[in-house]
Amino acid sequence: MPRKIKPKEPAKPKLAVFKFASCDGCQLQLLDAEDALLAVANAVDIAYFVEARDRRLPGPYDVTLVEGSISTAAQIAEIKEIRRQSNYLIAIGACATAGGIQSLRNWRNVDDYINIVYANPSYIDTLATSTPISDHVKVDFELRGCPINKFQLLEVVIALLVGRQPRVPTYSVCMECKRRGTPCVMVTQGIPCLGPVTQAGCNAICPAYNRGCFGCYGPMEAPNTDALGEQLQALGASPDEIMRLFRNFSGYADAFRLASDAYEEMAL
Amino acid sequence: MLNTITAPTTPLFDTPPMFAHPARVTAIKDEAYATATYEIEFEDDDLKQHYAFRAGQFNMVYLPNIGEVPISLSSDPAKTGVMGHTIRYAGNVTRAISRLRVGDTVGIRGPYGTAWPLERIHGNDVCIVTGGIGLAPLRPVIYHIINNRSDYGRVYLLYGARTPIDMLYTEQFEDWEAHGIEIHQTVDRADESWKGHVGVVPMMFYHLRLNPKKTTVLTCGPEIMIHFVIFEALARRIPKEQIYVSMERNMKCGIGLCGHCQFGPTFVCKEGPVFAYAAIEPFFGVEDF
Amino acid sequence: MPDLTPDIGAFVSIEKNELQCIFDALKKDGYTLAGPTVSNNASTPGEGAIVYDEIETVEDLPIGWTDVQGPGSYQLQRRNDNAYFGYVVGPQSWKKFLFPPQATLMTVRRENGSFVVESQAEDAPRYALIGVRGCELHALLIQDHVFLNGPYIDTHYKARREQTFVLAVNCTEPGGTCFCTSMGTGPKVGPGFDLALTELDDIFIVEIGSEVGRMVMRSVKWRPSGAFELQTKRTALAEATKSMGRTLETSDLPNLLYQNLDHPFWREVGERCLSCANCTMVCPTCFCSDILEVSELGGAASERVRVWDSCFSMNYSHVHGGNIRPRTKSRYRQWLTHKFASWIDQFGESGCVGCGRCITWCPVGIDVTESIDAIREEV
Repeated sequence: MPRKIKPKEPAKPKLAVFKFASCDGCQLQLLDAEDALLAVANAVDIAYFVEARDRRLPGPYDVTLVEGSISTAAQIAEIKEIRRQSNYLIAIGACATAGGIQSLRNWRNVDDYINIVYANPSYIDTLATSTPISDHVKVDFELRGCPINKFQLLEVVIALLVGRQPRVPTYSVCMECKRRGTPCVMVTQGIPCLGPVTQAGCNAICPAYNRGCFGCYGPMEAPNTDALGEQLQALGASPDEIMRLFRNFSGYADAFRLASDAYEEMAL
Repeated sequence: MLNTITAPTTPLFDTPPMFAHPARVTAIKDEAYATATYEIEFEDDDLKQHYAFRAGQFNMVYLPNIGEVPISLSSDPAKTGVMGHTIRYAGNVTRAISRLRVGDTVGIRGPYGTAWPLERIHGNDVCIVTGGIGLAPLRPVIYHIINNRSDYGRVYLLYGARTPIDMLYTEQFEDWEAHGIEIHQTVDRADESWKGHVGVVPMMFYHLRLNPKKTTVLTCGPEIMIHFVIFEALARRIPKEQIYVSMERNMKCGIGLCGHCQFGPTFVCKEGPVFAYAAIEPFFGVEDF
Repeated sequence: MPDLTPDIGAFVSIEKNELQCIFDALKKDGYTLAGPTVSNNASTPGEGAIVYDEIETVEDLPIGWTDVQGPGSYQLQRRNDNAYFGYVVGPQSWKKFLFPPQATLMTVRRENGSFVVESQAEDAPRYALIGVRGCELHALLIQDHVFLNGPYIDTHYKARREQTFVLAVNCTEPGGTCFCTSMGTGPKVGPGFDLALTELDDIFIVEIGSEVGRMVMRSVKWRPSGAFELQTKRTALAEATKSMGRTLETSDLPNLLYQNLDHPFWREVGERCLSCANCTMVCPTCFCSDILEVSELGGAASERVRVWDSCFSMNYSHVHGGNIRPRTKSRYRQWLTHKFASWIDQFGESGCVGCGRCITWCPVGIDVTESIDAIREEV
């Protein structure tokens, strides 16, 4: 009788996590996933994740998570090499998907900042802009937010393991806010809120703590920033305040950038 | 306004309505570019025995971990025990279906929706007009007509596809023609092998001499195609009451509870997908409706 | 106190503090009380809103609070009395208890190359809804028609709904965005309640609506209502009928909308509308949902999770090869024509109850009554 051959265990997908200009907060969301992280560690081979372990395996990688924006010339070369080594590349967080808060420099002369901030400006080698990963290489999927939501991150990992497109909503924060049952901070208190033009995914956390949404998930599908801006003005916000509201963690994302530029012009 | 066609209202299953039932893929046949027909049988013998559908109806096909999509039945309604689904790999679920092998399990619930009015049009000439994957929900009509050939008069199939490799069921055409179905094919873009017509399907009406009093038009395809099919049919004085269309909308539940598939006053999953054109005329062609 | 229980259809009067006895009787019967209370997301209570939540005692009710509402505006304010139900309706509706914003419908477990579907073993909660207004009771009945009347019954909804107790309240002070009189759903509550309260200065008049309601009254001190009390109630309701913040001309509505699907108004409103979906989330009749496949890591099991969806979300109208309603104006048109026209074709009644929530909670204050007026005027 022929011996039954034990099927070979399929190789686990190799996962890598890289970071560019960022605070590490998004990577920490993966570490913060605790129980789920152990399961993730079982399901994938974590080949490169400096924040989590010393082992650093060379590429190619099946799935690569990239945190942070591109802000130096060296990073441009680095992200291109990472892209070559990666089968599926996911940009995570506001920095990687929109340039992050550091993209505020894109509206100013970066040398002015350098001279104010650093004792020895000559050590600083930086680009004039902070830009999202997708400005430099093809990105297969984007996870928004500052920081990203760990449940969305898990959803992406799970979806890739079972072989389907990850599912993240592209509708407004308001949908999540209402499902959560939070009374609207704008309607009840006139607090400026970007929820109606911002992509969901955070489970509308800020309004639940009586703050307006500051748009860290970036523009929703077809955002109507004009109509929201008009309403914010009607509620008493100045063009300068509205400009600052849009020009925030995801301020360099197209729709928010255009809105902030329009209100900057209006403020002058 | 009510559709003049009604759906059967007795659910087959006594489980909660959105429960999918395990069913096995028993055969897979490549049909065209990125398109294959899956023969599927319920694992449960009782279900397998009692399941029956009518031409034009659809099932909800579920893949664990992936999701659920409505897919029309493309097999012979007289063949019980087996359900045929011709699937084009286009979305999340259908792309996952493309990875299935014979013996794999899917979830099935159905059949849902309205059917082509095949009994009502006994004695009529039938003009089937469709494009690409749109032939799938109409193939059961062809099977039915062949099985009951003397109930129908002349039968035409006007079939178009983007390119010759997008055409479904071409190896069956000979058999269909042998049963007196007149097939007129056309493609948008020909290749070297193509000897037939080039152009859009509605133009194929110009090759026919139809008797408007006794011709029924059955059509399924992109809305823009249906729009011109109706235009050509009406131009030939075929009454709108004799035109039937199968509509497509997003469906999540298939049973009228999730709201997604609304088309004006109707839920396409309940009052459709097959509509008497006269019933939806006021809404057909309204932009972005 | 007569030791008989009042008959169905009877009006009896109770002292205000006897409401707690009704609460106690309901709790003793195994009900979880769901009622109005002041939300706690704001830094001070007056900055929030009256929401519906699980409550324990009358102390949890928004006693002495009221709301001032307008398009895109809601302010909670102190009343100069201690009315129990001296407010209108807030951002939430009772659908959150019967058709929850997120619910696992079933679990699918992989087994032996196949799978097993398990009903999410839910002990359906037994809710007593406290303070249901006329418009809201109508909304409940409308959702009943959606979920319970078709050939396919929503078992999840049914399990919750059939054991729900409804303590209704007649509305005597309509708000700034109310138009229930126009929609024929209030301010007086219609059939479908177990008990219905009318709040007067110092008493509640209780109308007995069902056998269950009658039984609850066994443990409450009541007396038959006097003619003067009943007259006061009638007068208050008659006043309320006339003091709606909004009105809507409903004649020939389906035709009006169906015949104006190309009206320029849709483009105008499409420029103002945020497509944020707030109107559909707060609407007590909107029932659209999405079903998500939520997998365990490793894929051994997954849940089919139903969440509230909206015709304003892009994905809602996605079909192979594109989107049916890619522009905001067509999504707004879908919503409005569904509420006021096609709902009537689908379910034999309007989908709007005139509660005004969509007007109040629209961040930019789009007003459905104005929308319909705009279309009507230019015809």
